[in-house]
Amino acid sequence: MGAEVGVLVAAFGYLALLFVIAAWGDRRAEQGRSVIASPLVYTLSIAVYCTAWTFYGSVGRAAEAGPSFLLIYLGPTLAMLSGPLIIRKMIRIARAQRITSIADFISARYGKSSRLGALVALIALIGITPYIALQLKAITVSHAVLMDYPAAPGGPTSAAGFLSDKSFWVALVLAVFIMLFGTRHLDASERHEGMVAAIAVESLVKLIAFLTVGLFTVFVLFEGPVDLFTRAASQPQLQNALSLSAVPGGALGWVSTLLLAFLAFFTLPRQFQVLVVENVDERHLTRASWLFPLYLLVINLMVIPIALAGLLLMGSGGDPDSFVLTLPLSAGREGLSLFVFIGGLSAATGMVIVETIALSTMVSNQLVMPLLLRTTKRYQGLHSDLSAWLLGIRRGAIALILMMGYLYHALIGDSYSLVTIGLVSFAAVSQFAPALLLGLYWRGACGLGAGLGMLAGIAVWSYTLLLPGFAQSGWLPLSFLEEGLFGQAWLRPYALFGLDGLDIYSHSLLWSLMANIGVLVGLSLFTRQSHLEQTQAALFADALTEGVDTPPLWQGQTTRGALHDLLRRYLGAAATARVLAKADAPNHHHRIEASTAYGIGSAESGMEESASPQLIARAEQALAGALGSASARLLITSVVRGEALDMEAVLSILDTTSQALEYNRRLEQKSRELARIGEELRDANERLRELDRLKDEFVAMVSHELRTPLTSIRAFAEILRDSQDMPEAKRTQFLEVVVLESQRLSRLIEEMLDLARLESGRLTLHPQPLEMVALTRQSLAAVQHPIEERGVKLKAIIDLDEAWVIGDSDRLEQVIINLIDNAAKFAADASPVVLLRLEHHQGHVRLSLEDNGLGIASEDRERVFEKFHQLEQHSTASGQSRGRPRGSGLGLPISRGIVVQLGGRLWVEDATTLSGANLIMELPDAPQDKVMPVTETPSQPNG
Amino acid sequence: MLKPRRAQRLVALVILAALLFTPPLILLADKSVDGGLSWLAAYLFVSWALVIGLAAWLLERVPED
Repeated sequence: MGAEVGVLVAAFGYLALLFVIAAWGDRRAEQGRSVIASPLVYTLSIAVYCTAWTFYGSVGRAAEAGPSFLLIYLGPTLAMLSGPLIIRKMIRIARAQRITSIADFISARYGKSSRLGALVALIALIGITPYIALQLKAITVSHAVLMDYPAAPGGPTSAAGFLSDKSFWVALVLAVFIMLFGTRHLDASERHEGMVAAIAVESLVKLIAFLTVGLFTVFVLFEGPVDLFTRAASQPQLQNALSLSAVPGGALGWVSTLLLAFLAFFTLPRQFQVLVVENVDERHLTRASWLFPLYLLVINLMVIPIALAGLLLMGSGGDPDSFVLTLPLSAGREGLSLFVFIGGLSAATGMVIVETIALSTMVSNQLVMPLLLRTTKRYQGLHSDLSAWLLGIRRGAIALILMMGYLYHALIGDSYSLVTIGLVSFAAVSQFAPALLLGLYWRGACGLGAGLGMLAGIAVWSYTLLLPGFAQSGWLPLSFLEEGLFGQAWLRPYALFGLDGLDIYSHSLLWSLMANIGVLVGLSLFTRQSHLEQTQAALFADALTEGVDTPPLWQGQTTRGALHDLLRRYLGAAATARVLAKADAPNHHHRIEASTAYGIGSAESGMEESASPQLIARAEQALAGALGSASARLLITSVVRGEALDMEAVLSILDTTSQALEYNRRLEQKSRELARIGEELRDANERLRELDRLKDEFVAMVSHELRTPLTSIRAFAEILRDSQDMPEAKRTQFLEVVVLESQRLSRLIEEMLDLARLESGRLTLHPQPLEMVALTRQSLAAVQHPIEERGVKLKAIIDLDEAWVIGDSDRLEQVIINLIDNAAKFAADASPVVLLRLEHHQGHVRLSLEDNGLGIASEDRERVFEKFHQLEQHSTASGQSRGRPRGSGLGLPISRGIVVQLGGRLWVEDATTLSGANLIMELPDAPQDKVMPVTETPSQPNG
Repeated sequence: MLKPRRAQRLVALVILAALLFTPPLILLADKSVDGGLSWLAAYLFVSWALVIGLAAWLLERVPED
């Protein structure tokens, strides 16, 4: 009996500690120094996900179904990793619309429908009750194990009457505790900061307790993990304990359990409460996205060792759900067992506290309030100051929920293991997922579809999971399970339509989600949404788009006095004053001025003034925080006269906003394109101008070049005509000049024609195998004499015997002569030297012409190939040139054109041997087979 | 708001995690050495830790853009 007292003292002491922490958290929140404003506390509060089911049930499931217990945590890992994308959106919406529960969220999404809210609340109530029962059972059983060990805990407890049933008292104590704990505030819409702080502490306690018993098992009962696993591996019956074959449903069961846990994480009312409603700062979500999975990983590390140890030490006789307790007990460690019991207690109470608060909010806001508002004649029938009423309703709901949990536990609970009950609940709340998640992203999802979809889903769930549970508890004939309803085999609950071979959860999830999503999507595609629904759908779907905000909705008429009365009735005087004052501050300066003129007490003054749309919207939000969005809307419409909401206008505002954003984006894109095109146009214009300028220069130069010889011809011809008595020698000299200049003129014209043909691609060459050594020598011979006459020393180094290329001999000779001529021009003024070299170079025949001149600056090297380009500065700098014949400035461009057309290159480099420039021509070697038929050496050099 | 690139990386990570946690990849790990225990659980813990590590790295470092 002493032990009994000790356990009770520890348990109540722990609850009292929680209460103190909660009270402390609340007081800090009132002082504005929140203790929960950190990502770590947020993460720990999310860990309310780990309930007694984790604490006791994971080991049980690991012992029976291998690693599949991990799926319950891998699903939330996936969900939490996508938190910055999905949950952030939910937080944003919940904050903007003052949403307080998942029922409220779904109801608000589908046009603030009170029926939908009620449906969600009802399903949650039905689905979660077994889950709460599970926690009660865990507390009772763990207490019994602690007390009665080594005897097995007592059998079914219902027979002795509830007064002697410990779980009844547990439920009662918890109910009182939660009432004190969660509904201390009169302003029910505030967050429960104290509760969150207490939950965070509980999460730490259960983590440490579980790790402690794990370490104890591995290092005290066994000699480390190696010892444990080798001993487990040596047991033949444990051979498959950790493989997929131990998982019910195999691979398909694996995937569907993962999906189940993923969906349930979003839709469990307590997870919605801590994830969304109690979130202080949405930035906390980022760290929690990986920190919470880490928590899950750590708390699961010890599950498998404990399960294996339990199977090894306890044999098949012990209940795997209690291994966590019985292992230390069997070693006689009562202190540790008590700590473990406290850990399990904190896991169970944490869940019950948050879940019950979340459910009671739903019950009061979605079920009771709408009913009250409808049955009493609008709001007039109710007494003033309903805020106390509201708290009363919540407290009643808390008691009701816990008693339902107790009844479920007492009547049915014993026929299931912990995990089984948990999964049944998961499958029930998963029915919210299609309406919730589709509604977040698909504007077209409609309320009717969501409601009927959830109904269909929950009906299938009841038939495939809930009723079979009743049957197994003896409430329904077992033949219902084995032979199906009315003896119809295709109606068997675990093999609907004959679908066999799945585990019962996969089976139920498959059919229920199929029905749910099918109805939701099907109806959404074939019905019209109301305007309010469209607005809400747009606000939800675009919640993360900047610039899409809740517009002022109310267009109707009411007075501030009416609003004030309404708010005071439901929220109390203090909260009402806050709402009205805050609404005044930013928007109504003129009103404040007016009221200050009347003296202090702005809330009382101006009661007959009409309320602005912003004020009405604000009042609705405040009411929504306390009563749920559907009831809030109902109440506001009861005091606002005339056209309540101009939904068309709202929708068009929304659409305009998003369209404007879209247009803006497109415009920016267009203008960027235009800027780019403009840039290109400017460049093209620049090039055109340059070409135009070049053309003008070209014409000027051509006419200049033509005029020079023409002028001298004309001058000499006139002299000859006018002076008949000119001596014969003089006359001959003049005629010689005329002939020379005419030749120069015709050569110039010939070159210009060549150039024109080259540029237009009409210059016809006659390429044929050609021997370069002979051609070079021939060209040298042709040019040697006139060059040396000009005082230029011409040297040639030809080391080859023969060098075959493909070329046009006439044209190539023209090129070689032109190159020698130009090299002579580039050479130094005093003792000019030109060095010709013919050699093989990497598959090419290379002809280079070096001179000993000043060289050509690298930036000018390409310009010498421009038409009419002359290196003027060089000759003017040295004063008078040595009387070399001026070139036309067309030789090099033509040469390059010819060489390029023959597949070769022509360029200028620094000379290697001499000091000046080096003109280089390269032509590719002729293919071997073309070399053999030796052609005639070039016939006649054309004049 | 997440930067678009970070959001894309996060989506890729979630997909990677989903692949690591489901058949057929887990079937690769569902083997035992010398008729002992299956490696499946060990594989799950390791890939789980890997995913958490990647998520922490992705979400905690200072955004470069």
